[in-house]
Formats: sequence, structure tokens, C-alpha cells
Amino acid sequence: MRPLRRDASLETNPMSQQTTTNKATDSGPVVFRPEALAEYHEILTHYPESRAALGTVLWLAQREFGWISPAVEQYISELMGLPRAWVEGVVSFYSMYHRRPVGRSHIQVCTNLSCYLRGAEDIYGAVSKRLDIEAGETTADGKFSLERVECLGSCGTAPMLQLNDQFHENLTVEQVLDLLGKLERGEKL
Amino acid sequence: MQEKVLLRYRDLSVDLKMIDNYIESGGYSTARRVFSEIAPEKVIEMVKESNLRGRGGAGFPTGLKWTFLAKNTGKPNYLLCNADESEPGTFKDRAIIENDPHQLLEGMMISAHAIGCTNAYIYIRGEFAYGAEVLKRAIAEACEKGFLGNDVFGLGRELNIHVHRGAGAYICGEETGLIESLEGKRAHPRIKPPFPAVYGVFGCPTIVNNVETLACVKHIVERGPAWFKAIGPETGPGPKLYGVSGHVRNPGVFELPMGTSLREIIEVHAGGMREGRQLKAVIPGGSSVPILRADEIDIAMDFDSVAKAGSMLGSAGIIVMDDSTDMVAALRRVSHFYHHESCGQCTPCREGTGWLEKIVTALDEGRGTEEDLRKLDNVAKGMLGTTICVLSDAAAMPVRSFLDKFGEEFRAAVRRSAGAAAA
Ligand SMILES: Cc1cc2nc3c(=O)[nH]c(=O)nc-3n(C[C@H](O)[C@H](O)[C@H](O)COP(=O)(O)O)c2cc1C
Ligand code: SF4
Ligand code: FES
Repeated sequence: MRPLRRDASLETNPMSQQTTTNKATDSGPVVFRPEALAEYHEILTHYPESRAALGTVLWLAQREFGWISPAVEQYISELMGLPRAWVEGVVSFYSMYHRRPVGRSHIQVCTNLSCYLRGAEDIYGAVSKRLDIEAGETTADGKFSLERVECLGSCGTAPMLQLNDQFHENLTVEQVLDLLGKLERGEKL
Repeated sequence: MQEKVLLRYRDLSVDLKMIDNYIESGGYSTARRVFSEIAPEKVIEMVKESNLRGRGGAGFPTGLKWTFLAKNTGKPNYLLCNADESEPGTFKDRAIIENDPHQLLEGMMISAHAIGCTNAYIYIRGEFAYGAEVLKRAIAEACEKGFLGNDVFGLGRELNIHVHRGAGAYICGEETGLIESLEGKRAHPRIKPPFPAVYGVFGCPTIVNNVETLACVKHIVERGPAWFKAIGPETGPGPKLYGVSGHVRNPGVFELPMGTSLREIIEVHAGGMREGRQLKAVIPGGSSVPILRADEIDIAMDFDSVAKAGSMLGSAGIIVMDDSTDMVAALRRVSHFYHHESCGQCTPCREGTGWLEKIVTALDEGRGTEEDLRKLDNVAKGMLGTTICVLSDAAAMPVRSFLDKFGEEFRAAVRRSAGAAAA
């Protein structure tokens, strides 16, 4: 796609060209791999101002680092030439950026009205009991985390849950237990 | 069976996601004709003539909205497709996005031509990861064919469509919240005026339209405004997507003429109530609109008729509840949602949604008092018409209507609490 004409006054600062940060987290140094950096530059071409790319860049960062740690916020703020407080303000506003590590299988059960009417609490209860965690918690082995979420636009196929990026719809308790079993055994879904 | 237009994918055996199938079934011929032969003003005229009203919730006349665009500003105009679809009970846009993405792109191309836009965005809610990928691939295919990019249909015209993925916040569906979010900010709705058509994204004239609205534009231009106007009531016609969820046998999205009766939608298309159950209540247009009792469903599901019946067509997300439903518990879900999603800028909304949830939770947990019931109504009243956006109203309206239509259940909850306290 042809890049938009960019407003030079809003261009990122020189930090975007050379990454000097090298802070470490559990998941390694906080700096984009060359492939991710190339993606970052491609993302910038979609917007007339680089700041508008922030949300998309945060998705990229979450994919690369697993979660948006303070070190990641710092890195993104330097990379994009945005105040650290700005980046943090955006990260904290949106519920899908993880501000702490989540399980490898991140399970989000919709408990809004349409799902509630079709047994969402049974689904939530079954997951919670089986994994022995409540909403907002992660299992000790780091394999699973659980969340209650609001309507995911799947009300016609309720009850449902989101497993990482994937929707699982029209669920029964048996199906959910079967799904958890497969995940525990590391089987393909 | 009536011909499906928006949900044509259901009648065809081919996968419309693949551009070659879409083209083979007539796709992109209208966009090509529009770009090469039809003046922008003429397209706007056709959309006005069709009486298309926005499918995102408010039902604002689309053609009229387009004419509000500020002229001769020297700035680019933007078209934003609202694919945030987060109103509880709503899941219709997803049907288009995931199954027939080119239909949306073609509608956007025609709309972009009409309003003189060269860069358009689809703002899709973060949870629709799959939908975002479907759209991205569709855009890449269209670019490859030369339908998008810097030489649209070889006519030397430029049009790019970008997918922007949200990250989980209902308020991004409100058009100025969406604009702020697209600019890389917290999605705090803006004070209006100025309206987006004058000062929108990046400070430029901007049109925000819903997915289904933009899909309708394609068909209006393809088949003519008269065809569109002949479907349903003339003051807001067209094919319409109704999403039915909750206690019905056959939930799902149904494409029907605008103004189909709510009873017919529930009883015929959605298969009626589950075995041995009776209808109790229906929310006709997403969780923020006033609820209807079982004896109020003989209404036409169009903007004006539902308004006359004291509710709103909204997003046409129909949530059906049978006689097993505890209305206090149901309202608790709804009130929790609005509290969770208030962006916090306005005091009546930030505080009010908190109070509503707190009181309804107390009632649901058997700790409610008479005083709570009065307070609930008062707090809700104070939240109407006083804030930057209408999320505050959207939180208050269900509360007032649940109390109005099912007050006895709330009073019974109070009596149970009093009884439990005395024992
Ligand atoms: C709190 C709130 C949430 C909204 N969510 C959506 C949404 O998810 N999708 C949508 O199309 N419109 C939504 N709207 C309506 C938009 O503000 C806007 O009116 C609409 O996108 C305009 O498109 P239309 O004219 O095609 O209907 C919402 C409005 C409010 C106040
Ligand atoms: S009404 Fe609520 S959601 Fe809307 S701007 Fe005010 S605080 Fe934010
Ligand atoms: S209420 Fe669960 S997906 Fe809509």
C-alpha cells in the first residue's frame, strides 16, 4: 500500500531509527527483533501522524513480549517519541493490553446478558473449578489465566469464551472441560 | 423465501471471502461503474433519495450526514467504518465482516468516492482478531487487482483502506471516542459541536458510518434508491439485519425487510421460546434501549415504530428473556457493564453508573431496601441528558424501564431482604 504523506512536524524522533534501550525482562531484552522493527515501520505508513499508530504498535509489542511491562512502555515511548505517561495512559485505558503476564492459555468467559441467559455462569464456574483459579488469576504453572469479559459480539452463539485470539461458541460444560483437557495435555485443538 | 442481499453469502455455495468468487458473482462492478461514470454528488443524491438511515444505533439519515461535510477546507476528508460492534446483544456486523468482506469494501469505496476521501479506516474491535485478518486479506486482494491503491480501476485515482484494530473498550463505538482512539489516545468522547463532519480525525472533515450502513450503500447504488425505498417503511427502509439472542430456540442473525414485526422475528425466524417456556421480556435494540414486556411485541421493527412504542431500534440486537429470567439479576449484568465501560470524563456518568451497579447488586444479593429503590430511580433520572456522550443515558434507560415494567420483581426483592433481615 502506498504510504500516506506524513506531516514532518509529527514525525517520530531520531530514537525511532536507533534502538538504544536494552532493558531486560523475563522474556528477554526489550527491543524489537529486526522483523518486528520492519513491521513497526510498515505500520507507521498507515497513518498521517505517527502517534496514531500507537495502538497498533502496542499490539505488535504484546505479540513480541507477551505483555506490556513497564520496560516495554518505556521502550515504546522512546521508539515513538511519545511521553512515557502518554503510553501508559493508553495502555491502561484498553482492557486487552496485558499489564501483567497472563497464562499461555488466556481464557475469557463472556458473562454479559445474552451469554448469562444461556448459562455463562455454568461455563465460568466449570473453568474456575477445574483450574482452581478465579477471574483475574493465573495458575501457578503459568499455563492458564481466567477472566470474565463483557459482550464479545457472539450473543447468537452463546455461551462463549475467547481462548487467546480464538472464539469458542455454543458451549456446553462438557465441551469446555474437554477443551481444558486438550490444553492441559498440550493437544491440538 | 425472500432474496438475501446483505447476507447473500448464505444463499451462495461459493466462498465470497475470495475475491475471484466475489467478482464472478457480480462484485466490484458497481464500484467500477461509480468510479468511472458517476459524479460524487450524484451518489450522495442517490443515498439521500433512498432514505437510508444509519444502522449503528441512532438511525441518522446517511445522505444528510454526508452533506454536512465541511467544504473547501484544504484538508483531506476521511471515511471511518465503525466496526466496533460492542453493544451487548449485537452481533450483526460480524456476519458481514467474516463472510462477505468485499461487500463492505465495495460499499466503502462507493462512499469514499461520494465524499471525496482517499484514505479510509475500518476501526474493528480488538476481540474480532479473525475479522480483522479477513478484512486485511480482502484489502490485500483488492489492492492486487488494482481496485484499491494509487490507481483505482486504472483511472489514476487514489484510495487506500486501512484496518485499525481496537483493544477493548466499548466507548470506542461512540464516534468521537472512536476518532480519539484512532488518533492514538484514550477513547474519551469529544464535546459536540464541532461534529466530526467538520472537525473529525486528525482535525479533518470525517464521516463515521456503521458496517451495515456502508454495505447498504453498495446495494442502493447498484439497484437504485427506488428498490431500497420499496422495502419496509419509506421513512427508513431497506433490508435489515436483526440479531436475536437469549431464550429462543434458534438464535442468530436474520436479514428481513425493515419493519418486520418483532413477534414474527421471535416466533417464526428465531423459532420461538424453548420447550415449556413463556416469553417474559424483550430488549429490542441492544442492552441500552428500554425493555418491552411480552404483551408489547406486536410492533414493527423500524426506527419510528419502535420509538413510538417507547423503546428504540438501536442496533437491532434483540435480547429475548423467558419466564425463567430473574429481572433483578439480568439488570445487574447490564448495570455492571455500563459501570465498567464509562470512560470517566463526566461526573454524572462516572458516579452514576457506579451507584446503579452498587444498588442493583445489593438488591440482587438480598440486601436491598425501599430507600434503594427510590435512590435507583433518582440516580438514573439524574444521568439523562447531562453528559458529553450518551453512554450515561444508555446506562440509565434500562434501569428506568426495568423498574417501570418489572417493578414488582424489584419490590419483591426488597421484601425478601426485609424478611431475611427480620428472621
Ligand atoms: C456508547 C456508544 C457506543 C456505540 N457503539 C457503536 C458501535 O459499536 N458500532 C456502531 O456502528 N455505532 C456505535 N455507536 C453509534 C456511533 O456513535 C455512530 O452514531 C455510528 O457509528 C454512526 O454510523 P451510522 O450513521 O452508519 O449509524 C455507539 C454510540 C454510543 C453512544
Ligand atoms: S457520558 Fe460517560 S462515557 Fe460518555 S464521555 Fe461522559 S463519562 Fe465518558
Ligand atoms: S453477551 Fe456474550 S457475546 Fe454478547
